Amino acid sequence: MSDVLLDPTIIVPPEPPRPAATGPGDWLRRNLFRSVGDTIVTLLAAPLIGYVFYRLGRFVFASGRWDIVEDNLALFMVGRYPRDELWRVGVALGAIAAYGGLLAGHVHRRQVEAGRAGPAVPMARRVGDLVVRMWPLLLGVAVLLALTSTPGPSLVTLAALAAALIGRLLGALLGRRWLLPIVVAGIVVPIALVWLLTRPAGWDDWGGVMLNLFLAAAGIGLSFPLGVVLALGRRAGGRTDSFVGGVIVAVLLAGPVVVVLVRRRFDVESVVSWALPLLAAGLAIAGYRTGRRSTLPLVRIVSVAYIEFFRGVPLYVLLGLGYLGLRRFLPSSAEPPGLVVRATVVFTLFTAAYIAEIVRGGLQSLPRGQTEAGQALGLTAVRVTGFIVLPQALRNVIPAIVGQFISLFKDTTLAGAAIGFLELLNVADAVTAQEQFRAQGLFAEALTFVMFLFWVGCITMSRESQRLERKLGVGTR
Amino acid sequence: MAAGRRPPPWRDVRTLAWIFQLAVVAVVVAVVAWLWNNLQVNSDRQNIPTDFGYLDQPAGFPIPSNPGFRQTQPVSAALLEALRNTLRLAVAGIVLATVLGTLLGIARLSRNFLVNKAAQVYVEFVRNVPLLGLLLIFYTAIVLGMFPRPDESWVLALETPKIDVGPVHLRSLELTGPIGVFNVRGSSVLWYEGRNLVFVLVVVAAALAAWLVARWRRYRADRTGRPARSGLYAALAVVLVVVVLWLVLGLGGTAPLIDGRRVTGGITMTPAYLAALLALVVYTSSHIAEIVRGSIQAVPRGQGEAANALALSGFQRMWYVVLPQAMRIALPPIGNQYLNLAKNSSLAAVISFPEITKITELSIANRSPAVPSYTVLLMIYLVLSLALSAIVNLANRRLAIVER
Repeated sequence: MSDVLLDPTIIVPPEPPRPAATGPGDWLRRNLFRSVGDTIVTLLAAPLIGYVFYRLGRFVFASGRWDIVEDNLALFMVGRYPRDELWRVGVALGAIAAYGGLLAGHVHRRQVEAGRAGPAVPMARRVGDLVVRMWPLLLGVAVLLALTSTPGPSLVTLAALAAALIGRLLGALLGRRWLLPIVVAGIVVPIALVWLLTRPAGWDDWGGVMLNLFLAAAGIGLSFPLGVVLALGRRAGGRTDSFVGGVIVAVLLAGPVVVVLVRRRFDVESVVSWALPLLAAGLAIAGYRTGRRSTLPLVRIVSVAYIEFFRGVPLYVLLGLGYLGLRRFLPSSAEPPGLVVRATVVFTLFTAAYIAEIVRGGLQSLPRGQTEAGQALGLTAVRVTGFIVLPQALRNVIPAIVGQFISLFKDTTLAGAAIGFLELLNVADAVTAQEQFRAQGLFAEALTFVMFLFWVGCITMSRESQRLERKLGVGTR
Repeated sequence: MAAGRRPPPWRDVRTLAWIFQLAVVAVVVAVVAWLWNNLQVNSDRQNIPTDFGYLDQPAGFPIPSNPGFRQTQPVSAALLEALRNTLRLAVAGIVLATVLGTLLGIARLSRNFLVNKAAQVYVEFVRNVPLLGLLLIFYTAIVLGMFPRPDESWVLALETPKIDVGPVHLRSLELTGPIGVFNVRGSSVLWYEGRNLVFVLVVVAAALAAWLVARWRRYRADRTGRPARSGLYAALAVVLVVVVLWLVLGLGGTAPLIDGRRVTGGITMTPAYLAALLALVVYTSSHIAEIVRGSIQAVPRGQGEAANALALSGFQRMWYVVLPQAMRIALPPIGNQYLNLAKNSSLAAVISFPEITKITELSIANRSPAVPSYTVLLMIYLVLSLALSAIVNLANRRLAIVER
């Protein structure tokens, strides 16, 4: 054998190439039975997986009692929204679908103008691709429509689809100069829809998926400005220093903790009188450390304190505090805020801290040369930030922000548990307490339905965000 | 402008910067002071105390999982008990989630289609579902729904041969009961008996022995060129040390026993604890799986190819080349997941597991003032988060690439 390798006069004819694996037998061999170990794993895993699917299939199609979901579908979708005003929800759905289509059309046209669009693809193929891409959403809509008993929801779905198509065609006609009106519409239309939907009875009757979506959208939308401000504040005037964060939080904690542990009977004025000098000393240290390398240490300290506080605390606890305590922080002459307002305030404050960290990551990913170029052009700091830094940074972190929106959407379930809203998960709780369904162990059906709806929403958003990430080339450039 | 002459104060950037900051701080302080003032006024008007004296008041509620706690004990004692529960949940959760998450992450990279797809379906499902939903499903549909009644408990037991020969001490190594008992009223798993400190010392001794043995084997491998097999020898050393210390110190274990309708012995877990643990582990492990997968894929392909070019085996390639680099990438996000798990343990309050959030809610229902109670709760979570972050940062710094 070694002669073949070492003796240059022996010529070994090259082997003919192995035939390409095509048939199913080859696929099986490559993917499931590649080696002895692989075969054993396959033989162990296959029956287990088959059993799980069998049990699941049996539950979904045969033994599950789904009438608890069918009878209460409206409750799951919109909570206790007055039933004769549901047309407003339909209008809102249509408006959102139309705006989405408009945006898609406009983006496509901008891409075509910039030469970034791919080759023209026949319409049938495009529809097919869209179906494959959105299969969880289509499955969810199909399941929902299968559970309805009236033609209303199907008509609304068709109308929304039509609105989306019309929006898409319209959007393709709008060129570059329509960008500003479209963005403005993106802010005005939601406000108008909220006004439309709260006309009959205000917020407190909202429930179901509608409430979850609203809380998540309001949370992200309102927290965005605050988050950006905090991120800019954290980076104010110099490079970041994680030591500052540690010192600040340690000082903010050490004072009260020590006081509470040692002198529990002290009331708050005394706590403050002990804690303030400690706090001042700590801030002086932190300020001195940062002051050497920055021009705005106090702003940075305030931002860091806010961010580290809200990121170290569970949302569930904050919601409980907001529910019980928010009224105490407002003057007693003011009207006590509604439940939805309290929840939105807590979600906004909480999400702002996470958005701040995401945007900070985006700001850090920008080369310093961008800021320096702006300064070389004589732009003020505000203009450099607004025209050069922020647009690039925000574009880079869009996928992360969508991820945060998905998290927030899932976290809106906490509002139901902490405050008692009839949001989607809480509805599952409520319907199993109804008279005709009580004590029959129907939790599994209700919860499975709710989880399925959440899964549809979250995986659709998550896949679109991944697709956007790939198209933007984040992480590869 | 002549060199060295500073502009007048109203145009000097540094003065303006300070004025801006002071204005920002003044606004923040004003807002905080206004909120504070409202709190004081409202609390005085309704005669609600704002001090922390409620911590000394009797609790007024029992803690279900801890029958030793009496209602007359102060709230602070209840909080300490609850903190112990939270830590039990968090620590067990972190350990199990890491193990399961790593296995899943590796399964996601397997070339076996079944294993890969099964892991993918699991991860893509669990990641896109709210934790509270998982928690409720585990509690209502599984632990309370599927677990059997006490008289029909699921028992996990092993048949071990009896050790009759040798000194009497050796009998303590024998399994006298089942390893685990699970039913709808509570579950129990085999555990050690004795002071926690002794157990910690045994663990430390075993770890030290493992490290020393591994070092010796590697030294020997360098000297003689024969395979080190340091992992194998270290594992043997751990087993040896644990067995020897067990016998010498006379440690014992407690096995679960079904006592009528209750389960005693071993380490008992209430249904709420089991459900919360399972939900947290399942949820967090799916995130950790994605992180592990991403970090292994983020190691440049050239590293693996270079390892192949050096004729390293598959295992060697993973262990010596890919995994060390992957761990460096993965550690900060995994640390973040640990923090999330610790904070998500607060959700166990929804299924009435007596951890700190639930105890705070109970004490508020028993007339403790809301704002100071929540303040204490928030401080506890902040301290927990800080401690966990500090540990993770320490590990991070040790692993970080030392750049020249």
